[in-house]
Amino acid sequence: MKATTITTSLAALAAVAIVGASSPAAAFSACQVTDVGGIDDKGFNETAWKGVQDAKAELGIDIRFLESQAETDYEPNINAFLSEGCGIVITVGFLLGDATANAAQANPDTPFSIVDFAYDPTIPNVLGQVFATDEAAFLAGYLAAGMSESGILGTFGGINIPPVTIFMNGFVHGANYYNAQKGTNVQVLGWDVDAQEGLFTNNFESLDDGRAFAQNLFDEGADIVLPVAGPVGLGSAALADELGTDKLKIIGVDADQAVIDSEKSHVYLTSILKQMDATVLTAIKAAHGGTFEGGVTVGTLENGGVGLAPFHSFDDAIPADLKAELDAIRAGIIDGSISVKG
Amino acid sequence: MTVNDRIDKATGDLLKRAVVTRFEIEELVVVPIFAVLIALLLGGLTMVATGVDLPTIGLSYASLLQGSVGSLNAISETLTSAAPLTLAGLGIALGFRAGLFNIGAEGQLLIGGMAAAVVGFSLQGVPLVIHLPLALVAGMAAGALWASIAGWLRAATGAHEVISTIMLNLISFRLVDYLLRNPPIQRPGRSDPISKSILESSELPALLQWLDPNLRIHAGIILTLIVVFVVYWLLFRTTIGFEFRSAGANPDAARYGGMRSGLIIVSVMAVAGALAGLAGANQVLGVLGRASPGFSAGIGFDAIAVALLGRGHPVGVLFAGLLFGALEAGGRNMQVGAGVSIDLITIIQALIVVFIAAPMLVRTLFPFAFAKRGNQREGS
Repeated sequence: MKATTITTSLAALAAVAIVGASSPAAAFSACQVTDVGGIDDKGFNETAWKGVQDAKAELGIDIRFLESQAETDYEPNINAFLSEGCGIVITVGFLLGDATANAAQANPDTPFSIVDFAYDPTIPNVLGQVFATDEAAFLAGYLAAGMSESGILGTFGGINIPPVTIFMNGFVHGANYYNAQKGTNVQVLGWDVDAQEGLFTNNFESLDDGRAFAQNLFDEGADIVLPVAGPVGLGSAALADELGTDKLKIIGVDADQAVIDSEKSHVYLTSILKQMDATVLTAIKAAHGGTFEGGVTVGTLENGGVGLAPFHSFDDAIPADLKAELDAIRAGIIDGSISVKG
Repeated sequence: MTVNDRIDKATGDLLKRAVVTRFEIEELVVVPIFAVLIALLLGGLTMVATGVDLPTIGLSYASLLQGSVGSLNAISETLTSAAPLTLAGLGIALGFRAGLFNIGAEGQLLIGGMAAAVVGFSLQGVPLVIHLPLALVAGMAAGALWASIAGWLRAATGAHEVISTIMLNLISFRLVDYLLRNPPIQRPGRSDPISKSILESSELPALLQWLDPNLRIHAGIILTLIVVFVVYWLLFRTTIGFEFRSAGANPDAARYGGMRSGLIIVSVMAVAGALAGLAGANQVLGVLGRASPGFSAGIGFDAIAVALLGRGHPVGVLFAGLLFGALEAGGRNMQVGAGVSIDLITIIQALIVVFIAAPMLVRTLFPFAFAKRGNQREGS
């Protein structure tokens, strides 16, 4: 049995080697290089990949991805796609900034688009996608402050980089805004806005860290925790699931975690959405249609690039007044009357 | 039996398989080749078990081959990945020869790379012929110093190097993280741990960028070949190399013969650390151009497998490094071409190590390859 399998696979190998060598790579392909979280991180990389998949559905193009296992993979992964003749290379993550800039400058005819990095000055063939995530995080901070029974919120990040800390800034400012409006004293543990220092797992992978950090915050009294570290937050959600949502609730990031992490959907109060799928899709469409231009695109509450996910199982638990206030603040942020910078 | 004795016995058993004391073509060549083949076959079976269809499996291995040697770019990638694995692997192999199991290459590589980065960005206005060697030497010196802590602990207190090098790895992760967050090293305007970029005068020059800007192969591969030769010469043509090998083959006899075992342990660790540090410097000066917390990327651990597969011989380590480099470069292409997860490459690498560590299993599975020596009983 084993021998036949081996023989068959060898035969298949030989056959495909011949076919594979002769198949042309003529079609337009959109290629994504992920950060170390991986393509199935239920967040950041996966959301961007959804945009690539949407492009496939809409335009019928080829799509490919490469997962980075370490930061030394960024450059060779991009190069691998360049030698495959990709029509556009999407790099996902601030940490790929250097590698993307180098590759883009060496290959000025290939369109690139990077999520979470804006070059200054801009590179003509790179479209940077950045997000005013603090606008949505502000709403989440206000909501969490209104929902907290202990009056203590918690947050922690993956690595101390701008696309992570912007969530934490907005969250803290949102909670402070609630305090200013209501005369309460809700505190946020894990992030010092003035010093720009706080709790970081220093990785975007370890679910154990996500659990341990959430446990520490819970032990300090926090009953709502915002983990900003991609899949690390799944560990926090597991803890909330075990403790029960009356003790600990989680706010998801990047995508609607209640949908993506469906087994634990009941622990997510809401999620701070960063609609990378939409911006990635737009970038691919532009490259496919020949209208691609480098520069920077900013996702905001106004253009729908960032937002707050539905409340799902907490919909009934959130008072109507609080929902109305959130709507008012949302409008205030869009018209500029409320500043999310504190 | 003390803990040290137990670790010594366990590592000793593994080392016996890693180091071939007599030249034995079967052990050196046939076992590794079959270990690689059976690992590839089992890798295929793993894909079958995870529901990958046969044509995709065929395509995967075709992509693997194509991505490792199928084009100039593929060869460039293979060599670029092979260089640090070989350098660090040489250090670990040297330890094997002297009876030391050095798990600390990862930490030595980080510390060496950090030192190279610091020299690389801080010396302004120095020409390449001086700056680059200085940065490389700084990497080697830092790695040597870091590793000799474990050597000294072994020689002075008897603390086992397996334990102390693992601990030193953990310390080095945090130390590098700390260093990268502080002003003299941290890149201005960044809040995450990342160093300033090294100056052009300390870069390992790219070799083929005039052909195609995406070819990453750099002078590190030439450096690696030189180091392979130097380590070979050191090990087999010098007194100190003889002392290293004697200490590994029979520590008691070596001591009886007047060799100072403590000094030998410290110097073996220092040389091993220097080689790992050079691997780190190679990554920083040739590939990344900066230091960041994850630049070691597990090379120090993969290098242990490389040293085992290379049977502790410098030339063997070179070939093993090339194979692992090819797997890395090809694995990337496998992911692009066939959409098979890169994790499969990790499985194949692990299987290779398993079969290297179990040569009897290979002999039993492939008796025909060993037929000529079938009636000669070997002690292994």
